[in-house]
Amino acid sequence: MAKKNARDSRIWLSIQKEKKEKRKYVLISCASLLTFLLIWELCTDILKLAPSYAMPSPLKVFRSFVAKLYQTAPDGSTLPVHIGVSVYTALLGFLMGAVIGSPLGILMAWFKTLDRIVKPVFDVLRPIPPIAWIPIMLVVLGIGTASKVAVIFMASFVPCVINAYSGIKQTNEVHIWVGKTFGASRSQLLFRVAIPTAMPMIFTGIKVSLGASWMALVAAELLASSSGLGYMIQIARSVGRADIIIVGMLMIGVISMLFSAALEYLERRFVKGVK
Amino acid sequence: MTPGDNIVEVRNLTKSFGDLLVLNDISFDVKRGDFLCIVGPTGCGKTTFLNSLTKLYDIDRGEMLVNGESINLKKHNVAYIFQEYSTMQWLDVEQNIGFGLKIKKRPKEEIQEKVDKVIKLVGLEKYRHYYPNQLSVSMLQRVVIARAFATEPALLLMDEPYGHLDLQLKYKLEDELINLWEKTGTTVIFITHNIEEAVYLSNRIIVLTNKPTTIKREMLNGLPRPRDIASPDFIALRDQVTELIKWW
Repeated sequence: MAKKNARDSRIWLSIQKEKKEKRKYVLISCASLLTFLLIWELCTDILKLAPSYAMPSPLKVFRSFVAKLYQTAPDGSTLPVHIGVSVYTALLGFLMGAVIGSPLGILMAWFKTLDRIVKPVFDVLRPIPPIAWIPIMLVVLGIGTASKVAVIFMASFVPCVINAYSGIKQTNEVHIWVGKTFGASRSQLLFRVAIPTAMPMIFTGIKVSLGASWMALVAAELLASSSGLGYMIQIARSVGRADIIIVGMLMIGVISMLFSAALEYLERRFVKGVK
Repeated sequence: MTPGDNIVEVRNLTKSFGDLLVLNDISFDVKRGDFLCIVGPTGCGKTTFLNSLTKLYDIDRGEMLVNGESINLKKHNVAYIFQEYSTMQWLDVEQNIGFGLKIKKRPKEEIQEKVDKVIKLVGLEKYRHYYPNQLSVSMLQRVVIARAFATEPALLLMDEPYGHLDLQLKYKLEDELINLWEKTGTTVIFITHNIEEAVYLSNRIIVLTNKPTTIKREMLNGLPRPRDIASPDFIALRDQVTELIKWW
């Protein structure tokens, strides 16, 4: 009976439409990926447009990927070790940026005095690209994990602050009035009205931060590191192993995609009522 | 306090925005259980009037007493239905209706019990887990009305809540409102620019002048309920209020 009622509703129809769209999207994505691999194979193994050492075929890259899972050459570590180091560094810097940045953005938007104190400093730091922090962090913190975490922190911190700040500023005045007329305290208005309003923007900031963190990490590892995916790519370049370079690049893409998927799942769980 | 006492006393309410005087020395009383409609032309400062009453706007002079004390939204049980859509998009119907009770830190069981009660009164039982973006305009307005009534307010303020609805829907929601008011005995201050609506709903009408807004006339509306908008008495009262508004 309940199912029958649901079938009658426009909600059921919209869910069905959404599912159909999703299936269509997955099919198109698979087809486009397959086409890309086929073109790549055609250009390398079949047409041989470039020498195999410079542009390896997808099959060769796959074989190198499998071999790198347990071999340490040429950079001294296996692929899982490099992935582990990169993910650990990226997550640490990203989480620090998000955990400090989002609340700071919320508080700056909510408390005018704090905004007046912090904003001038923030406005100076905001336009500095994350990569520009690498030299100073290397000088201050050395070549280890700390310098890279600090660079990633700067990369993720800025978008988190900006988006959380904008999200709170977008709070509908009428919603605040509704809360006030029910007798809400200032903290109730913040936690029950302003933060829920800002949640979509906060999540957007976190997603942008994640992308920025990953880019900053690879840049930092390329410039100065002793392990990690960026380091692996850098060493492979110096010994002319394009297959390992591509394995590294693909790993960066896949890991980034998995992180984004995880964040989107969290967003669906926590951000309700948004189309 | 007994029914018929003054629940609200407004004294010398004056409000200006910069040099523009909007409300000029307004004083009136509202009796417990009254359904007071305040009418005036669009732009005369009706919203400013309610926002000043509730101190959402700072006022220049005057005071509003509820049960003899200066209004305190944390203490006095007031609910306000705004002209704009005010459902919270991140809460489902049930959570929206329970919002006011949650702000007032009522126990969970009490919130659930009151939400269940009003959700039935506004006919949204089947939609309790729907979000605002899945609801029609009339449903959204019912959610807002239910949210206000769930807190069992001593005083309900409504600012042209049906202003942007089509006629058929407006009539339906007006009847629902009357039904809720009769069942709960809540005191209502209802602002509108629609004279017919004011005559249909109220048992007392205050007619405002244009800016700077003052009270032009207070009148009792003793028409029997349910009201017939085509009855001679209804038309006579409606025309009387219209005449008052026409004069400026």
